Amino acid sequence: MKEKQKLVIIGNGMAPGRMLEDLLEKDPGAYDITIFNAEPRVNYNRLMLSPVLSGEKTYQDIITHDDDWYEQHGITLHKFSPVSNINRQNKTVTSYNGIECGYDKLVIATGSNPFIIPLPGKDLEGVLTYRDLDDVETMIEVSKGQGQAVVIGGGLLGLEAAAGLKAQGMDVTVLHLMPTLMERQLDPASGFLLEKAFENLGIKVITKANTHEILGEHDKVAGVKLDDGTELRCEIVVMAVGIRPSSELANASGIETNRGIVVADDMRTSDPDIFALGECVEHQGQCYGLVAPLYEMASVIAENLLDGSAEYNGSVTATKLKVTGIDLYSAGDFAEGDGREEIVLRDASGGIYKRLVIKDNKIIGAVLYGETSDGPWFFDLLKKGADISEMRDTLIFGQAYQGGDALDPLAAVAALPDDAEICGCNGVCKSKITGKINELGLTTLDDVRAHTKASASCGTCTGLVEQLMTLTLGDAYNPNAVTPMCGCTDLGHSDVRRLIKAKGLKTIPEVMQELEWKTSTGCAKCRPALNYYLVCDWPDEYADDYQSRFINERVHANIQKDGTYSVVPRMWGGMTSSSELRAIADVVDKFDIPAVKVTGGQRIDMLGIKKEDLPSVWADLGKAGFVSGQAYAKGLRTVKTCVGTDWCRFGTQDSTGLGIKLEKFMWGSWTPAKLKMAVSGCPRNCAEATCKDIGVVCVDSGYEIHFAGAAGLDIKGTEVLGNVGTEEEVMEHVVALAQMYREQGHYLERIYKWAKRIGVEEIRAQIMCDAQKRKAYYDRFVFSQKFAQVDPWSERVSGKDKHEFKPMAVLNLEAAE
Amino acid sequence: MNAVQTAWVEIGNLDDIPRQGARCVSVGSTTVAMFRTIDDQVFALEDKCPHKNGPLSQGIVHDGCVTCPLHNWVISLKTGEAQGADKGQVKSFPVKLQDKTILFDLSSVR
Repeated sequence: MKEKQKLVIIGNGMAPGRMLEDLLEKDPGAYDITIFNAEPRVNYNRLMLSPVLSGEKTYQDIITHDDDWYEQHGITLHKFSPVSNINRQNKTVTSYNGIECGYDKLVIATGSNPFIIPLPGKDLEGVLTYRDLDDVETMIEVSKGQGQAVVIGGGLLGLEAAAGLKAQGMDVTVLHLMPTLMERQLDPASGFLLEKAFENLGIKVITKANTHEILGEHDKVAGVKLDDGTELRCEIVVMAVGIRPSSELANASGIETNRGIVVADDMRTSDPDIFALGECVEHQGQCYGLVAPLYEMASVIAENLLDGSAEYNGSVTATKLKVTGIDLYSAGDFAEGDGREEIVLRDASGGIYKRLVIKDNKIIGAVLYGETSDGPWFFDLLKKGADISEMRDTLIFGQAYQGGDALDPLAAVAALPDDAEICGCNGVCKSKITGKINELGLTTLDDVRAHTKASASCGTCTGLVEQLMTLTLGDAYNPNAVTPMCGCTDLGHSDVRRLIKAKGLKTIPEVMQELEWKTSTGCAKCRPALNYYLVCDWPDEYADDYQSRFINERVHANIQKDGTYSVVPRMWGGMTSSSELRAIADVVDKFDIPAVKVTGGQRIDMLGIKKEDLPSVWADLGKAGFVSGQAYAKGLRTVKTCVGTDWCRFGTQDSTGLGIKLEKFMWGSWTPAKLKMAVSGCPRNCAEATCKDIGVVCVDSGYEIHFAGAAGLDIKGTEVLGNVGTEEEVMEHVVALAQMYREQGHYLERIYKWAKRIGVEEIRAQIMCDAQKRKAYYDRFVFSQKFAQVDPWSERVSGKDKHEFKPMAVLNLEAAE
Repeated sequence: MNAVQTAWVEIGNLDDIPRQGARCVSVGSTTVAMFRTIDDQVFALEDKCPHKNGPLSQGIVHDGCVTCPLHNWVISLKTGEAQGADKGQVKSFPVKLQDKTILFDLSSVR
């Protein structure tokens, strides 16, 4: 057998991460792989630093490869180990902390360093750059939601940093040397629109600003002074003026460098066993700082490491600014010049500006501001050098306009050629996505992300990918993320829940106003959902909207096909007594109730009660000690039990007692959909706990907690959440799980569907492994119960909303004649 | 020819019906559902969904419509017509407000 070759990689950024994925996909066994990483971390998605800074995501959210991934693939990762020396004679590399490693093939991916302007004061504490997670953490730490910041540099990175710091609550000023922002990607007109948009975000922009020095007090930043004498007070200064390829190590090893490490089209450096990859590379005089070209390089290297002959031919890049609320897309070259023409579309009231630069009937540059959905199409025409003379008159209106078709985004996506690029970050074209969907039967966005990488980086192409899924799958695709709650809004349940919290919306009219509901008072789908979300999120402040509840929850009974109702009293854990049964028998006789039935949840159901009798029925049941069984509620229904150690010769724990305890603790709570539970005293499982929403199976050593079962429209066994030793722990875990579901579930989404949507692993991680989170969920549930545990029956018997049960008037027809 | 005689009778006060809610009025053997919208308009429909006779008075009131509690048919309060893809119509009755007093045309129930 051929001995494995040794591959060493210096650097662990996104480019080598991608190269490894490509390499392992092609041939997982070709190399023994060792990585030296200067950062003390695994691989994360650097594109997503801005959302981390603005607080929309956490570090955990942006990890692309965790420790397990390296272990699974047998890759040795030396964290915190910058390489000090490459010995090309002996083919070894050595790190500063003394690790030496031999190689057959070496990939240098040392990335770039932020450029620090040599200003007086550049070394003061509080002068930061914006490149890696350390920078972001420092910024978050320093900003602490207040103070002033100055960002030097009005390019892509500087603007994203400014928006992030603003989101953290700081006062931010952007200083930019040139007359307009992002002058390398934008023409002056769109640069101006961008400046206005930033000012609307509350960020001050000073252009033509030449920084003179950074002012300090006690070795800390105190302000910035400009050449014209202006002084700005601030606690932090972020330098985001550009990057420089890190080529020192290569240079010191005698590899050819210029601005960056010089590579040929096969991505080899001047040493044929050494490749260079990423931002440290110079190819045909070009250095790249955007992710798409780096990924193209990565795939060339992966191919050539396996004796392929792939070539990298340079990249045309497109840019999209990732700042919430600002749509901006630019690609190619848009300077004015001889033989160049332009097509411009302006819509001042809509804040839209589009400009195409044409030369020889080909698009060579595109700037889109305010409405960017045609960006990928223009970019595709640009890259292909397509002749646009045929559609010249209507080109600027975008793809959907060509051929007179209606402006339908789906039609536009359908019209894209197979090799059109959908995901710019990961270089995924249309046919790869549709191909994988068909080949692997993918039906969810997450699956498509996992298998194609499309929309898995910055996520701005998510809409396009979803449209492709709709086209490919037709009705089989149900994009949860974008299915609107109902016809009254375009927002999905998750968006609405998030916005209710984020904007602090506390009444239904407020939600409808702020989230721009399309109807004046909602509908029977959204109103109960909103009512639940508000009850769940603001238990102490929100006043339940009676008229937004389904009739069953309004009258605490279940409506039947003939308009009568059924009533189910609570029997804790399914236990009852002679006096309770006698009381039920008396009620049945007194009100002439036509049917009495035992339910699947171990309760007694009285069916066929007239609405006007309900208050009296409750009053009589209440006298016997019953409360409402809430058999009508999107809330806790029943906890079914077996007789456990009280009676059963196989029982291992007090399942009845535990079931009663759970029910007494959790009754009255509202949940997204009904919540049915059970506790079985031994693995024989007579209470059928393993098909419940939440179940507990007692075992000798303690308790096994189950969840996400179904035995209705779908049949599904439960997932095991985990094992605990005591009843107290059962209570804490079960209650925390229920609260997590309460906070995240979509209205009418049963717990098994919620679990499928967000992942059983994630739930396990939060409830079983994170004691702090678990406790916090538990505490929020307990707080909410203070307001929820009111018996609705006794409330109604005492007169609340009594109008509900009496006719408003009884008119005699004869009398009117 | 018999001239159609309207017979307005007082059936109660606007505040007897909750906003976005309904109350029932028994007129002989007919049950009439009396709805009040969020902007204090009043409508009267027979309390019988054209689909399977569900009690419309028990539904959720929204945007000039009520959703039947049995199978979620949406019925126009004004015309009694089923909305969307469903086909059917329930009888609607003339009703008017005099200040806050609700007047119902008894002659319309026959």
